[in-house]
Amino acid sequence: MAPAKHTTEKEYDDIPGTYVFDADRSRRGYHLNMFCMSLMKAENRRAFKDNETKYLDERFPQLTAEQKEAILKRQYNRMLELGGNIYFTAKLGATDGHPFQHLAALMTGSTQQDYADLMLRGGRQVEGNRSRSGKYAKAGSSIVKGGKSKPKTSKGNKRRG
Amino acid sequence: MARIIAGVTSSHVPAIGAAIDNHRTGEPYWQRVFEGFERSKAWMREAKPDVCIVVYNDHASAFSVEMIPTFALGTAAEFPIADEGWGPRPVPVVKGHPQLASHIAQSVILDEFDLTLCNKMEVDHGLTVPLNLMFGSPKEWPCPIIPLAVNVVQFPPPTGNRCFNLGKAIKKAVESYPEDLRVVVFGTGGMSHQISGQRAGLINSKFDHAFLDNLTKDPKKLTRLSHLELMREAGAEGVELVMWLIMRGALDDKVDEVYRFYTVPASNTAVGHIILENRAKKSAKKSAPKMKRAAATQKIHRIRS
Repeated sequence: MAPAKHTTEKEYDDIPGTYVFDADRSRRGYHLNMFCMSLMKAENRRAFKDNETKYLDERFPQLTAEQKEAILKRQYNRMLELGGNIYFTAKLGATDGHPFQHLAALMTGSTQQDYADLMLRGGRQVEGNRSRSGKYAKAGSSIVKGGKSKPKTSKGNKRRG
Repeated sequence: MARIIAGVTSSHVPAIGAAIDNHRTGEPYWQRVFEGFERSKAWMREAKPDVCIVVYNDHASAFSVEMIPTFALGTAAEFPIADEGWGPRPVPVVKGHPQLASHIAQSVILDEFDLTLCNKMEVDHGLTVPLNLMFGSPKEWPCPIIPLAVNVVQFPPPTGNRCFNLGKAIKKAVESYPEDLRVVVFGTGGMSHQISGQRAGLINSKFDHAFLDNLTKDPKKLTRLSHLELMREAGAEGVELVMWLIMRGALDDKVDEVYRFYTVPASNTAVGHIILENRAKKSAKKSAPKMKRAAATQKIHRIRS
């Protein structure tokens, strides 16, 4: 059986609010992600917290100025944009002692409580969050009945972001 | 001869592991999640597999961005628990089954699936959380575990179709192993979730239910889902659902769904869990008793604010 149809274009860049971690981002973000990996060791976490700029300058001199700034300012979306991957940047959040939902709130421009409430209400809906260009706005899913039809309006699930 | 008796899917949300480790499973929020696995643990006690093959993904623990193997099979005698940044989880060391793992490696590589083999590999919550959900928190895991790590972190992961066919090759490998072993295959991760970017928090329950329905009845339909559709509909990290298709490919075409559980949320994720049994061969042992799906299925819990 043939695999699903695919292209090598970055069609996934059409998904809003999403930074797909592909080989290009992985290459650009290599040192940023390796810095995050270093935080898996307690002694490194201490050294980083002790003097963040010094730690970055001495141990990860190949970080770009932009990457360094994003790390120091804890700009989590910016880190993703510059090649960071969420499973790696989450280690920075953990080093700061934050639960993951704190990072999720930062990335979605929300408060941690509001984000937690959004999840308890069933999460962010896919309707309205499918496509930047509008090309896939009503695409639906091939496995959901009626998925190709116009999405229904929801009952009480307020969409955010 | 060895044979695969059943497949299970399970979420591997790290917060579930943290709730277990910090003794918070009794809190209402977590009770809702853990209650859904009570029947599964009972099923597992009765099924008593001799070996489990756990398809999971590593979360920047054993593999960083230095090397990104698409399929990595653990052939070691044991797999230490990774320190993911807050000390290793207090769970037993995972013991492997090197003989069966080597046999699977030889069989599937000669069947043209180019696996990476790991004689040394630490395992993280991606593997240990599903073990807790299915086995509870014993002093030792009740059977050897063969880890199969799949890259779903760096795009592109293997296609669903490739995963499904790898499952078929694993089935063939297991069935050609001379020892009488009863094997359960785990597909872990999912269901819909996105934990990165401004779109974090995405959940698509309609998609999840359709995925579960098709997993039982028409998995080939799921092998045609493109990564683009998976990421768009089930969230950027929801793409890890391809791992479930390895489990499904390793089962017979026709299976009995004996249990299903779905709840939203566990932290940032929709939890989907299903147990599928191969239909017992006439000569084989009686399989675990079926549970009534209606009674077992739980609706999505939503606490209205």
